[in-house]
Amino acid sequence: MTDLAVRRRRSARRGSHALAHVVLAIGGLLMAFPFVWQILMSLSTNSEVQSVTPHFWPSELHWENYAVVFERLPFLSQLRTSVLITVIRTLAQILLCTLAGYAFARMRFFGRGYILAVVLSILMVPSQVYLISQYQIVQGLGWLNTLIGIVAPGLFSAFGTFLMYTAFQNLPDELEEAARLDGASPLRVFWNVMLPLVRPSINVLAILTALWSWNELLWPLVVTTYQENMPLSAGLATLVGDKNNTSYPVIMAASVMALAPILLLFIVLQRRVIDGLAFSGMK
Amino acid sequence: MSSPLARLRPARATRRGGAEAQARRRDGAWPWLFVLPLLIGIVTFYLWPILQTFYFSFTEWGVFGGSTWTGFDNYVRLVMDPKLYQSIGNTLLYTVIVLLGIPIAIVIATLLNLPGLRFAAVYRVLFFLPYIAMPTAVAMVWRIIFNGDFGILNWALGLVGIDGPYWTSTPGYALVAVAIVGLWSSLGFAIIVLGAGLKSIPPEYYEAAELDGASAWRRFTSITVPLLTPSIFFVTVVTTIASFQLFDLLYAILGSSNPIVPKSMSLVYFFYREGFVLNDKGYAAAIAMVILAIIGIATFIQFRLQRRWVVSD
Repeated sequence: MTDLAVRRRRSARRGSHALAHVVLAIGGLLMAFPFVWQILMSLSTNSEVQSVTPHFWPSELHWENYAVVFERLPFLSQLRTSVLITVIRTLAQILLCTLAGYAFARMRFFGRGYILAVVLSILMVPSQVYLISQYQIVQGLGWLNTLIGIVAPGLFSAFGTFLMYTAFQNLPDELEEAARLDGASPLRVFWNVMLPLVRPSINVLAILTALWSWNELLWPLVVTTYQENMPLSAGLATLVGDKNNTSYPVIMAASVMALAPILLLFIVLQRRVIDGLAFSGMK
Repeated sequence: MSSPLARLRPARATRRGGAEAQARRRDGAWPWLFVLPLLIGIVTFYLWPILQTFYFSFTEWGVFGGSTWTGFDNYVRLVMDPKLYQSIGNTLLYTVIVLLGIPIAIVIATLLNLPGLRFAAVYRVLFFLPYIAMPTAVAMVWRIIFNGDFGILNWALGLVGIDGPYWTSTPGYALVAVAIVGLWSSLGFAIIVLGAGLKSIPPEYYEAAELDGASAWRRFTSITVPLLTPSIFFVTVVTTIASFQLFDLLYAILGSSNPIVPKSMSLVYFFYREGFVLNDKGYAAAIAMVILAIIGIATFIQFRLQRRWVVSD
């Protein structure tokens, strides 16, 4: 033990941190293993996946499993739905939450404090409490199994409003005053002067909304009944109950493709995503 | 600010007051244009539904639509329903196992924070990937890993002489399996938040301790952990609330047609099953109210405990 401590101190001074690397490398491999395994299984045959002694490397790489996904599953329409709900919700939340957040933080109107408090109180309520009634509304509008039905409630966000409200509140007064004295309309002040100043928070909102939209299961599961109308998250989850579709490599290929867009986006934007999530810490 | 005294203040203040008064006058209908698009949606899809669900929880729904007021019937039935206690127990078991990830995250965040550590960015990405990955998509591979006949986990356990169970078809084990996945996927979040907390500890503390001859372990337990308690508390609260919402992983790993579902449900799964599989919406509304109450109580308890163990400066 003392020997180890001495060695650790010595290596720490040298800056190599050998022991830390051992722990982190083992941990990192364990974290990455399921993804690697998923890719390997997606390139195997069904019998290789189901063999009792594992095949760590497929005898042949079966890329055709990826083609089979498009033939046998409504993967393209699910991908389209996932992309559309993610893009539409992200844009809508950015627009609606920045507008409202700005007004709550920097304008004066009757009942502002009370209205804001009511909106923020939604943050403390778990989603099950409004889910049944949301379903009733969407059903009443004839929106079950439609894109707009999946998208609708998620266009509006109390959390996003809170995020933008705090961002606008932290800005100094001077710029806004100068613009107003120059006679710019509130909409111009908002759009040309204030909005560019809260871009970091808009990034955080965009990242969180996109992540949540892409991954969310419960709501799409409730408002869709047919595979073709589901986003990828619900489509994959309902595949599990489907007894006819037990070709494991094909399911693996489909889930690799469902994971890929967000994971690649994260690897490209990693600093921003990590900082954003560390900063907000919610959801 | 509209008092005549305001005019006697220094120039800057007067200009400020003038601008504000002017702004106030000119705001007029503008704030409403900014707020209304959001408010209409919030009222329609959140506020009204919250009130309506509360009302629904006192009603019984007919097979062909229509509901009748039944007072506290749903709540009485719920209190007597063993499935409620089973699902609370399952949710707690899951939460406790996932919370075990926090000590692991403290160690990993500390290691990642070592000065001059190489590949820190690579490690951070590896630990963080599971947190942002789609739960239903990663569930697909975890089902294979946990498979009782050909899963690699039982093969590995076999190497050390352990006969692994049928993870996803044995009630108790199923939750442990799902919780292991839950721990795996939430670890990255805890590491990032704790890492941010570590950065705010002044390095002078460590330098002073080192001069006094404190060992690395002593520095960890006497400086790092106490000064990190606010972050640890935050991560614990957020992880607990998120764990109480367990649904996606459980649903996707077990599969909806799995016969052990009734014994392995979480609270949210119980809610979903009653409301949308068995179509008993009034009963599900009552379950939703109970979930609201449980999360409220758990958060309250955690904030009370905060005073005991969080070190604040």
